[in-house]
Amino acid sequence: MKVYFNAIKHSGITKFIFSVSLFFTFSASSLASSSDEGGKINPGKLIMEEVTDDYSWHFFDGKYGKLYLPVIVYSKERGLEVFSSHYFYDEHHNPVIYKGYVLEHKHIRLEGSDEYIYDFSITKNVLMLFILATTLLWVFISVARGFRKNEGKAPSGIQSFFEPIILYIRDEIVKPNIGPKYERYLPYLLTLFFFVWFGNFMGLIPGAANLTGNIAVTMVLATGTWILTTISGTKNYWIHIFYTPGIPLLLKIIIVPVEIIGVFTKPISLTIRLFVAITAGHIVLLSLIMLTFIFHSWLVGIGSSLLILFIMLIELLVATIQAYIFTMFTSLYIGMALDEGDSH
Amino acid sequence: MLSIFLLDTSLAILCVTLGTGLATMGAAIGAGLAAIGAGIGIGRIGGSAMEAIARQPEVAGKIQTAMLFIAALVEVIALFGMDIAFLISQSGAT
Repeated sequence: MKVYFNAIKHSGITKFIFSVSLFFTFSASSLASSSDEGGKINPGKLIMEEVTDDYSWHFFDGKYGKLYLPVIVYSKERGLEVFSSHYFYDEHHNPVIYKGYVLEHKHIRLEGSDEYIYDFSITKNVLMLFILATTLLWVFISVARGFRKNEGKAPSGIQSFFEPIILYIRDEIVKPNIGPKYERYLPYLLTLFFFVWFGNFMGLIPGAANLTGNIAVTMVLATGTWILTTISGTKNYWIHIFYTPGIPLLLKIIIVPVEIIGVFTKPISLTIRLFVAITAGHIVLLSLIMLTFIFHSWLVGIGSSLLILFIMLIELLVATIQAYIFTMFTSLYIGMALDEGDSH
Repeated sequence: MLSIFLLDTSLAILCVTLGTGLATMGAAIGAGLAAIGAGIGIGRIGGSAMEAIARQPEVAGKIQTAMLFIAALVEVIALFGMDIAFLISQSGAT
């Protein structure tokens, strides 16, 4: 019995759970400082601010500083202008018109005219994307270097963590779905999986920007999938969509429009699935954190912290599953595009 | 005349506040219905998984993996409804 208790006390899983719970229950303090702005907080507004994109990055809602990100706009009238978004606010954080540009509802427009402005600003999500890209490059260059160094030997270091995952993706997701030509698509699919996975994880860190929960980012990823399926479509695939073989003509009139619409609904469903899963998860988490500040009671705080801990663990699971689902559907669609016609 | 004007404006204000209140209520009811849908779907998946594991305990690992995967797909549909309800309640509150 004593041996059993000693093993549990120092076992890896206990230490892991303890450190994870410390890390995630601390996420409530990222919103604590906003409650002393007059005592009345607006939970809906705070949640929307956390989840959507912005021109400045608030660390713990301003308590530990705000990072004012650069605004890069191009318009035919004024040409290319670069300035800090600090100029859009005065000392009391009221919006101010600067050089004829107005920042209204997170959009920049020219004051007098209706002209379209090309907005290339480095916003919170763009900066998060750069951080994510740097992290991915750093991790996987280390893994590749380790692979080259340990040629023929057992893996060591960070390579030993990622190599089983890479092999799992190759053997369980890519090879069964795509078939014999899988090696051409493997680099893109691996990048896709780790981008979505790391992006979901980094969005869960308190104070970080919500990158994969931005519908523009997921739309770009789904567009990549669509381009890949369209490029690698064989003749049999297109015949299957536009003139389905083996079906009488009356049914063909119904089935062909459905198939044509299906070409477009597949990437749209990929977009919305990832966006909704991640954003809704963040909204649920933030609402639970807000519960403490709405009720102004420390008992509610204890209860909601426990709930936040468990929902955060579910969010970690959802992050991994959504990355797996995105990669699996992409390889499934590419596989469907590649080998059509053998079974008919 | 004045009384009709006052009645008119008060009716308009009543309709606007009623409309905003109805929007918020609609959003809340919609989110609840979406949760019912998710509950039924995931409950059925869990039930079938339990039965399958009871029949053949040695493939419990594979069944559990498949169950989690499909539960994530079904849950996303319920989250569609919750997200739309949240957006409606926010646009009604401002």
